[in-house]
Amino acid sequence: MSTLTYDVTAVRRDFPIFETGIAYLDSANTSQRPRQVTGAMLEYFEKFNSNIHRAAYRIAEEATVRYEATREKVRAFINAASTKEIVYVRGTTEAINLVAFSWGRKHIKSGDLIVLTLLDHHSNIVPWQILAAERDARIEYVDIDERGELRQDQYAELLKQGPKLVAFNLVSNALGTINPARDMVAAAKKAGATVLVDGAQSTPHQPVDVRALGCDFYAFSGHKMLGPTGAGILYGRRELLEEMPPFMGGGDMIRTVAIEGTTYHDLPWKFEAGTQAIAEVIGLGAAVDYLSGLGMDAVRAHELDITEYAYEALSDIDGLTMFGPPPSRRAGVVSFALDGIHPHDLATIADRDQVCLRAGHHCAMPLMTRLGIAATARASFYVYTQKEEVDRLVGSIKEAQRIFA
Amino acid sequence: MATADDQFYREYILDHYKNPRNFGRLEHPDISHEEDNPLCGDVVGMDFQVKDGVIEDIRFHGRGCAISQASASLLTERLKGMSLDDAKRIDKADVIGELGIEISPARIKCALLSLKVLKVGAYGLADADEE
Repeated sequence: MSTLTYDVTAVRRDFPIFETGIAYLDSANTSQRPRQVTGAMLEYFEKFNSNIHRAAYRIAEEATVRYEATREKVRAFINAASTKEIVYVRGTTEAINLVAFSWGRKHIKSGDLIVLTLLDHHSNIVPWQILAAERDARIEYVDIDERGELRQDQYAELLKQGPKLVAFNLVSNALGTINPARDMVAAAKKAGATVLVDGAQSTPHQPVDVRALGCDFYAFSGHKMLGPTGAGILYGRRELLEEMPPFMGGGDMIRTVAIEGTTYHDLPWKFEAGTQAIAEVIGLGAAVDYLSGLGMDAVRAHELDITEYAYEALSDIDGLTMFGPPPSRRAGVVSFALDGIHPHDLATIADRDQVCLRAGHHCAMPLMTRLGIAATARASFYVYTQKEEVDRLVGSIKEAQRIFA
Repeated sequence: MATADDQFYREYILDHYKNPRNFGRLEHPDISHEEDNPLCGDVVGMDFQVKDGVIEDIRFHGRGCAISQASASLLTERLKGMSLDDAKRIDKADVIGELGIEISPARIKCALLSLKVLKVGAYGLADADEE
């Protein structure tokens, strides 16, 4: 599908929630789900609801096949080498915690350096802080420049200190900055580091190729990419996953259990203990199908179109400050502040107009501190966003300015 | 657009936000306490001057949304000249009643931040007195 023929009206018809009349500008927080996703989940509940990997009857086989089918869909979607490298988790947060707990506790020793960035989400900061405190390791953060882009000069200096791990997000959730991930991964690998890329904000919005990216781990959430909450993915290079100890112990992750000890299941099931989020994983598979159908290049082009439109519309408003880089180097996220109006007040006023807008620190408090602000208002866009919704946001901003004048 | 009967941003709330009463710091406060709401970054702090168990003077400082700041401003007006014992009896319903608007669950923490400052501050002094 080319950008010229991208039919947002047709896309919106797949999302019943828009019949409520809302303007939904908070997709970086969580996306909406199309009928295809909720339908796939409903079909599971109504036609073959049963547990996977255990039962010898027909509907359980069907459930297992559908559940496992998502793995191949995701593998192809991010171009991983094998489905053994695709681990189901609840979301990005669990994926990163899994790596911090399993890989981190095995490899991070006293005095080791972990490099993170000021653009990182708390979910890619706190697990490493916990690990660093436990192991007496050291964390350094790559600073940003005045455009909200990572300071590559400082990053290069930090790499000279030989970090054990480098972890950063491909796209900043707070500012929308698209980081030069391929170059950053290559430099980190050259410096001998293991690299985790937080793909929570990139996977839903642009083509992703983990092998071209060259990272060791890549984490993302299903609920930001049209899937349900509770299903996400950890991609890990097979050699690393093979030698990592399990994250959680329990059913389904074992080969044999004896009183004397346990042998673990093969990849990827070694990391999937307990009864899984079956319906959610099936829903995630349907979401991947939906996005693949649109084409990720077309998705990115559509979002860029909306982002440029929003950037221009917001630039025309007096007393409005935008944060982050120009549209071509940012994802579909516009973070801004209004003189004399707190983001929460704007969000409340926008809500009166059925405009869903995020206000807060966006789980990026170190970044907010660096910017010298407590919070921003954030509008974020997705496959179903239309320009009329941006116009409604502009209307809400003007209404807020009138009330607070 | 917001409807005409939308009472949330009433004139006097905006007035307290734009022209906060008792705003600033006291030089020698008997009680000084600050609280924040980490979710949205709202901050409210209060300085109290207390004599014979009565709040003789009060100032507040902080930053945040209209609801948190107006709530603090309104509370300081009420507290000035009040006994500490009476101040301790002020509860959530009083503060929300004073604002005179319907507060959604999402904004309740903004409205009650100043009350938290008062409670922790006032009881903190009581403890100090006992020592």
